[in-house]
Amino acid sequence: MNETAPIRRTSALPESGDLHSDGVGATASDATAADGAYNFAFLDEQTKRMIRRALLKAVAIPGYQVPFASREMPMPYGWGTGGVQVTAAIIGPEDILKVIDQGADDTTNAVSIRQFFVRTTGVETTTETGDATIIQTRHRVPEQPLQEDQILVYQVPIPEPLRFLEPRETETRTMHALRDYGLMHVKLYEDIAKHGHIATTYAYPVLVNGHYVMDPSPTPKFDNPKMHEMAALQLFGAGREKRIYAIPPHTKVKSLDFEDHPFEVQRWSSCCALCGATDSFLDEIVTDDRGGRMFVCSDTHYCETRRAAGHVGLAAAQGAEP
Amino acid sequence: MTAIKDIALKPGFDDLVMDSQRSFRALLGAMARPGNPVTLDCAPDAPEPMLPAAGAACLTLLDLDTPLWLGAQARESEALRRYLAFHCGCPLVEQPAEAAFALVVDPLTMPPLSAFGQGTAEYPDRSTTVIIQVRALHVEGQALLRGPGIANSQRFDATPLSLDFWDQVRANHETFPLGVDLLFATADRVAALPRSTSLEIV
Repeated sequence: MNETAPIRRTSALPESGDLHSDGVGATASDATAADGAYNFAFLDEQTKRMIRRALLKAVAIPGYQVPFASREMPMPYGWGTGGVQVTAAIIGPEDILKVIDQGADDTTNAVSIRQFFVRTTGVETTTETGDATIIQTRHRVPEQPLQEDQILVYQVPIPEPLRFLEPRETETRTMHALRDYGLMHVKLYEDIAKHGHIATTYAYPVLVNGHYVMDPSPTPKFDNPKMHEMAALQLFGAGREKRIYAIPPHTKVKSLDFEDHPFEVQRWSSCCALCGATDSFLDEIVTDDRGGRMFVCSDTHYCETRRAAGHVGLAAAQGAEP
Repeated sequence: MTAIKDIALKPGFDDLVMDSQRSFRALLGAMARPGNPVTLDCAPDAPEPMLPAAGAACLTLLDLDTPLWLGAQARESEALRRYLAFHCGCPLVEQPAEAAFALVVDPLTMPPLSAFGQGTAEYPDRSTTVIIQVRALHVEGQALLRGPGIANSQRFDATPLSLDFWDQVRANHETFPLGVDLLFATADRVAALPRSTSLEIV
């Protein structure tokens, strides 16, 4: 018989106590709307400790990929399981969460991850970039500059920038240890030889604090300059590849380039058709089957904020709505 | 027969899940902004000679997977060893180089930083995180810190520390990416000094 009460129980067990963890977590979670069948933020406490230790080492060694024991999550690989595990390990009941997918708050991946955290933590969510304490992102950095007290969590598919140049993990480990990044420069040089310019437009490799070459995840290179000396903490999680890495606030992040071919971001000949922005990353939208197209901000919150402030783009002025 | 008071354990966190999360965010904030003390408001009532903030760091980070090295004063305290065994379940190791974490109660008698695990060139994350208990943290201290997490520079000091401690920290930084990461803990505050931080004495 084992009927002694758990030692640290602070509230009653939910009646549908379908628990796989030790039960302590779910009982301690008193977040308002959270589904009590899960431990707070889904992961069990030992998994959170493991991820938290990896996160501290990642912050201490900027740009270095820390291996971690990535768990299976209730969503397929490629849907942001790395970012979800990082967010789950850091999120608390007072956090306000924003989730974006390619800059948009309302696409499938962002909506399902946001719902996952609402269900498992009961936290408040927002689409306002400035209100969020944690922003989980797939492949974009918000246009609005982030602040000191914010954390940006990236979902990363392939964390190793050298992987397509050298498939063996043992070799890429050694290359990072020796800071042997010549191969990466050869790749960029071959771009120039073939195309006349560096044709890499996303997942553009960066040098973090002058030491490790890091994959910024498949963000457009347009976002690379925002990573440089960002006030917010940047955390990267790759679930399938089982790696966590980080850029602390105010850290030097340099996009690799050559003296005679300096790094530059993409520019558009048009501005956002809805809000008229000329300084944002634009998505091309096909509007009909006769070659019609328009360019709109990929960051939906940025675009909506500008339109609310009275900025009008060409298509919006003509009455077209996306 | 053992009296009940001799086996009574101090409790861990009031709320294991939420207090671990709050403590971790404090530790993450400290590690992301070196030399910037962060207040821990949910630290447990740790057994002597462990300070509450150090106790919070241990409860947040240690478990079966983390070999722990205890400094002399900590090792001598049976109450502390029992507390860690019960709440964390972490194995204790004799050699500081084998430890994932180290808890130092008296920084004046601690081994040199080079005695702890330094990590390897391929896996620099496999180094010791050293939790050092101090009486006080100072943001107007003699060490001028620069590096990731610091906008321009940050002044920092802790007391008490041995005379050559800052030389050791500088040497620790010079071996980057190898090296230990330091967590300073008082009763209610933590500050971090990761290996990425460079320093000069002013």
